[in-house]
Amino acid sequence: MTPLTPPIVTRKTYFRVWIVLLLLLLLNWGLAQLDLGPFNLIAALAIAFVQMLLMLLYLMHARYNTPLTRIFVAAGFIWLVIMLDLTLSDYLTRGSVPGLMRKSWEHGAWPAPTKEPSH
Amino acid sequence: MNATLPQTNTSEIPAPPRRLLTYFEEGGHTLGSWLLTTDHKRIGILYLYSIVFFFTIAAIAAALMRMELVTPSGDMVTSETYNKLFTIHGATMVWFFLIPSIPSVLGNFVVPLMIGARDLAFPRLNLLSWYLFNLGGLLAIYSIAFGGVDTGWTFYEPYSSAFSNTHVVTMVAGIFIAGFSSILTGLNFIVSIHTLRAPGMTWFKLPLFLWSTYATSIILVLATPVLAMTLVLVAAEKIWGVGIFDPRLGGDPVLFQHMFWFYSHPAVYIMILPGMGVVSEVIPCFSRKPIFGYHFVAFSSVAIALLGFFVWGHHMFVSSQSVYSALVFSMASYLVAVPSAIKVFNWTMTLYRGRIYLDTPMLYALGFIGLFMMGGLTGLFLAALGFNVHVHGTYFVVAHFHYIMVGGMVTGFLAGLHYWWPKITGRLYPESLGRLAALIIFIGFNITFFPQYVVGYLGMPRRYHAYAPEFQLYNVMSSAGASILGVGYLLPLIYLIWSLKHGKKAPPNPWKATGLEWQTPSPPPKHNFAQTPIVTQEPYQYSPEIEEELVHG
Amino acid sequence: MAEAHESLAEQFDDMPQQLEASTLGMWTFLATEILFFGALFLSYIIYRHTYPEAFAEAGRQVKILHGTVNTALLLTSSLTMSFAIHAAQKGRNRPLLGFLFLTMFLGCCFLAVKGLEYKSDIDEHLVPGAHFAHELPVQGQIFWFLYWLMTGVHSLHLVAGIGVLAVIAWLAWRRRFSERYHNPVIISGLYWHFVDVIWVWLYALFYLINRHA
Repeated sequence: MTPLTPPIVTRKTYFRVWIVLLLLLLLNWGLAQLDLGPFNLIAALAIAFVQMLLMLLYLMHARYNTPLTRIFVAAGFIWLVIMLDLTLSDYLTRGSVPGLMRKSWEHGAWPAPTKEPSH
Repeated sequence: MNATLPQTNTSEIPAPPRRLLTYFEEGGHTLGSWLLTTDHKRIGILYLYSIVFFFTIAAIAAALMRMELVTPSGDMVTSETYNKLFTIHGATMVWFFLIPSIPSVLGNFVVPLMIGARDLAFPRLNLLSWYLFNLGGLLAIYSIAFGGVDTGWTFYEPYSSAFSNTHVVTMVAGIFIAGFSSILTGLNFIVSIHTLRAPGMTWFKLPLFLWSTYATSIILVLATPVLAMTLVLVAAEKIWGVGIFDPRLGGDPVLFQHMFWFYSHPAVYIMILPGMGVVSEVIPCFSRKPIFGYHFVAFSSVAIALLGFFVWGHHMFVSSQSVYSALVFSMASYLVAVPSAIKVFNWTMTLYRGRIYLDTPMLYALGFIGLFMMGGLTGLFLAALGFNVHVHGTYFVVAHFHYIMVGGMVTGFLAGLHYWWPKITGRLYPESLGRLAALIIFIGFNITFFPQYVVGYLGMPRRYHAYAPEFQLYNVMSSAGASILGVGYLLPLIYLIWSLKHGKKAPPNPWKATGLEWQTPSPPPKHNFAQTPIVTQEPYQYSPEIEEELVHG
Repeated sequence: MAEAHESLAEQFDDMPQQLEASTLGMWTFLATEILFFGALFLSYIIYRHTYPEAFAEAGRQVKILHGTVNTALLLTSSLTMSFAIHAAQKGRNRPLLGFLFLTMFLGCCFLAVKGLEYKSDIDEHLVPGAHFAHELPVQGQIFWFLYWLMTGVHSLHLVAGIGVLAVIAWLAWRRRFSERYHNPVIISGLYWHFVDVIWVWLYALFYLINRHA
């Protein structure tokens, strides 16, 4: 087993990462003010992803850690993708077979949502 | 130790002259020394008390149900009470017995011993995990005692939030808390197996029980949080009447099923992988042969854990899930059968031309192989889309998962408990009674659950307290078998307790087994080993040529 | 093998082994946290996919100013946390204490801003239930339910983080950390940064992507 040497990251690196994070925040906020159609969604998620990567790699030291630790870092995200992916495999293909329902209440087993909840 | 080459080559330092105090003696016998202990061995025993308690509650619920089902008409309990009985039985068995049974009791006890460590990586978290488990259990008991829950262990929406007026919230809270106990246990095992292995203990020298425990821990850690959050959503919907799954408010009950089964299907593997691990220890020891295909057995555990996350949709074939999605889930479900079959083949190949000793743990292990195969093969029936629609929600499904859960896991648990009992307590149990109980359990189990396959195939739906008269024969058989099974479970409870005081003293290695846990006294000292062992040999170095004197009680 | 140290727990052989175990332990815990929040992210994705119009209409009521200020606050607190870790690694106790307090202070600022935001959300009847703003579509309640739950669970994590840092600060005050031993600082730093990562996604999902239909 490779002994873990704790990384000492310089304050300069932290500071630079912070500047980039704030610039990305500004960019993200600015883009949200414009109507870019579907690109609003793509831009916001892409920027959030880059911000997350920066934090994981530099602030949380994933970049400086052992391969084993990096596998541990990745595991949670991989499993999240499995869950999202397979659930979406249901929702994105619903109604693509003629005669089957897109929404689960369309077969009449329960009433469709109303404006006034009956609670 | 003569014929079995000792797995370790402890260094040349002479053993200390004074006998080491056992973990019972060191630290004292006071209640405080148990309730505040951070010793993994003592925590394992604390878990044993807890799960026996919950098993008893769930078993009583099962007994009442079987009594009701002797006659076709619902004459003993009302349908509401029956709903509560099967909910108590399911929820308690799953979360408060099966999931912690092997990992938390036997795993806690033997994992550090097997890797040659002094304790788990986070002993205080381990104790916290036991307290969380009992706190969760207490809430579950509260819900049962003050009115019960009638939703079934699955808490299907929108019934559980919008319609059921029973104690869903406290039950769900109990399971939420117990879930964190599972997570902490899994986390502890993963980190310990990674960082605390003794010098020389490489991954491919690990006993196979550790591979399966590791695979189980992956599931515990990555699936349980999703269940926790899903239950939070159910409780929130019930308490505040907000719509997240309730279709009247725009929610989708099918989403609940997706999230619930994302946990609960992998959880099925939490409830079988550890049993497989125990069997992989017992079979080589009592057939005096190295395990056949070590690497295949090891990797099949990990493969089951991984593939287990891709199949949850097979619980939802009739829940208005998309057909394409159902096809994907169905195919993936067939894939899981491959690593499971690999294990069965390897166990049988290990038996082939071995010198087989039919001791109690071995009887249970052989029973496990047969019953697990029955359960596994009918699982393949259920993975098939067409057949699944035919038997969905019938006793066929009930029989299938009881063959896995009871025939597999409970049998595996008893195999492990008997196998490590001399190590845990330092006492031998009466061997003849042990064999008798194993036989009774095997027979009783099959009489209970085999008729359920038939009656399910014929169309008897599950979860009803009354049924059509033509199903009575099967139900009477089932109830009769259940009483035999009950006797089978009482026997070990009695003779194991008896052995604590009156059993013969156990030598360090009564089964002449390999593995580090057998290289230390029975019961082990507080820090497990007099000095850190150094591992130089492959696991399971047994030779069938040599006749062994196994020590019996 | 390193010489014995008072901070070395009995089950470990040396300090690097102990640090590796606690690092892996924390990352395993964070993996469970990802899946814990993951169930909520999944609900969000499914319902946004099912009710895009309702989500857009409900999403325009969210206060982007509060969200943006809060994101800046948390990102900055991550910087101060990193400085605290740096100070701990260098064995400088006073800067360590200072940065820990600054981090906790920024966390409290976040909670204060969040509280103000919650207050105005309540005033505008953006709480799901019988009194939910009636001009919004009924499925907008799902958006707002997820908003309350996800930001609420996130805030609880932040409160826990502040609590953890308070304990760390107390230990630092008692001079328990040195150049050789400062695992708890690093480990709690991982947790703090993780809570920040979650917020970055919440900011994108609740404050940004639903502003235009």
